[in-house]
Amino acid sequence: MSDKEKEEKQGTNISRRSFLKGVGTGTVAATVAPAILVGDSETAEAQTDGAVSTAKIQLNINEKSYQIEVEARTTLLTVLRDGIDTGGNGVDLTGAKLICDRGECGGCTVLVDGKAVYACMMLAMDAQGKQITTVEGIANGDALHPVQEAFIKHDAMMCGFCTPGFIVSSVALLNENKKPTIAEIKDGLSGNTCRCGTYPFIFDAVETASEKM
Amino acid sequence: MDKFSYVNATSLKQVTSLLSDSGWGEVMMIAGGTDLLSELKEYIETPKTLVNLKTLPGMDSISANASGLKIGALATVADIAMHPTIQQYYTVLAQAAASVATPQIRNVGTLGGNLCQRPRCWYYRDETVNCLKKGGDICYAVNGLSKYHAILGGDPVYIVHPSDIAPALIALNASLKIAGPEGEKTLKVEEFFTLPAANPFRENVLEPNEIVVEVQVPQPKPNTKSFYLKAREKGAPDFALASVAGVFEMMGKTCQTASVVLGGVAPAPWRSAEAETALTGKMINESVSMKAGAEAVKDAQPMNDNVYKVTLTQNLVSRTAMMAVS
Repeated sequence: MSDKEKEEKQGTNISRRSFLKGVGTGTVAATVAPAILVGDSETAEAQTDGAVSTAKIQLNINEKSYQIEVEARTTLLTVLRDGIDTGGNGVDLTGAKLICDRGECGGCTVLVDGKAVYACMMLAMDAQGKQITTVEGIANGDALHPVQEAFIKHDAMMCGFCTPGFIVSSVALLNENKKPTIAEIKDGLSGNTCRCGTYPFIFDAVETASEKM
Repeated sequence: MDKFSYVNATSLKQVTSLLSDSGWGEVMMIAGGTDLLSELKEYIETPKTLVNLKTLPGMDSISANASGLKIGALATVADIAMHPTIQQYYTVLAQAAASVATPQIRNVGTLGGNLCQRPRCWYYRDETVNCLKKGGDICYAVNGLSKYHAILGGDPVYIVHPSDIAPALIALNASLKIAGPEGEKTLKVEEFFTLPAANPFRENVLEPNEIVVEVQVPQPKPNTKSFYLKAREKGAPDFALASVAGVFEMMGKTCQTASVVLGGVAPAPWRSAEAETALTGKMINESVSMKAGAEAVKDAQPMNDNVYKVTLTQNLVSRTAMMAVS
């Protein structure tokens, strides 16, 4: 990690140490943690040309509305995993994984208006007004989605780190194409990577799920 | 990523005026962002302001009639790949769009962004390397690692142009509408791209205060067959090692006109007039297509690590021609 990245991860006005001390108690965490997303308050003012460097945005995630203050550079993935809403509650949806952070591995795949996208390559501000669905919102209450059941049935994972991304991509594929061929399954999941190499089981799971949907 | 401020575009006039005085890099445009955000994360670009084009109304439309196709610059790559009319009449374009990256990127990446994306060269993309493209003294591919670099038109910067859609559009004789402070202008997509000999720092003629608005494609004649063939290193999404966009007007097995444009082998999409001449007016068969392939690479100047691209490109051109008669 470069110094610049470290500085960003730690925010501009708190040290790593004060942050670690802060997370020990809920109330302190609520006041300290937003600084990671927002930076210093001076930048919050809108500039003359209408450009903003921070903004209070409303996001609809898994059919729940969140008010969150973000910097312009904050990605949707950062909000999902580390975002704190204006009431001080964490968004805390860590199903989407931060892995490559470059739109290559698919670990952060979420649905935006029903389509699979990389949350690491979308700015949070651009997600306003859209329906965002993370892997946490795929099941219907306690009833697993057919894709999730099929992944269990076919043991379509080893370490499981890539699994949330594969589940979301599989759901996106089957929403558009109810009965995909094996070639279409491979293409539909081509934006996700599994380093354990469980692809054959994943493809079997999607085939099984397609029969149940 | 460094901090930046963000402004939602409301009109083309506003966009060009926001861009005007800044030169390159201070104020940048963002649409899908799949290329730009990776540049920001690597500190290749550090703009102070991003202008969000996605809020421009109506610029994502695709309309087709008997005279041709109009695609707004904000249409996504997925929209183009899945469009039934494009699949039927502009097959090379649908195939090229479908070959771009991954579903997740095609869902947000736009036509304008695909045409204006920056090179993938590993020296260019490395924050710590100040190469010729970024205002330094040398192109490090020349004496360095050149596996993915140019075999045609490189001097003095040996990047390859990463777009799949651009070769298809050029082969279809498409035009491009550009808006600037002085108004709009139209030029051929082929004239949009430039070689490093003309400008080592940019890949096209766009000025810092101009924006790609729309692409117009004339409808191919009914006897047209078109294909996009793309060679990748593995059976997974990737940029082209080499690709061929071929558009052929056929009378039986005879090729009346041929348009052959190569991707992944030169700093700009590369029309092979030599291959076109070798095919035009000929009955296409194995030996004619082999000749066309050989003609396409006869001026190739491979580097240390990319000699394979010569054979690969030659065979791709031959295969594309043979597809017109199979």
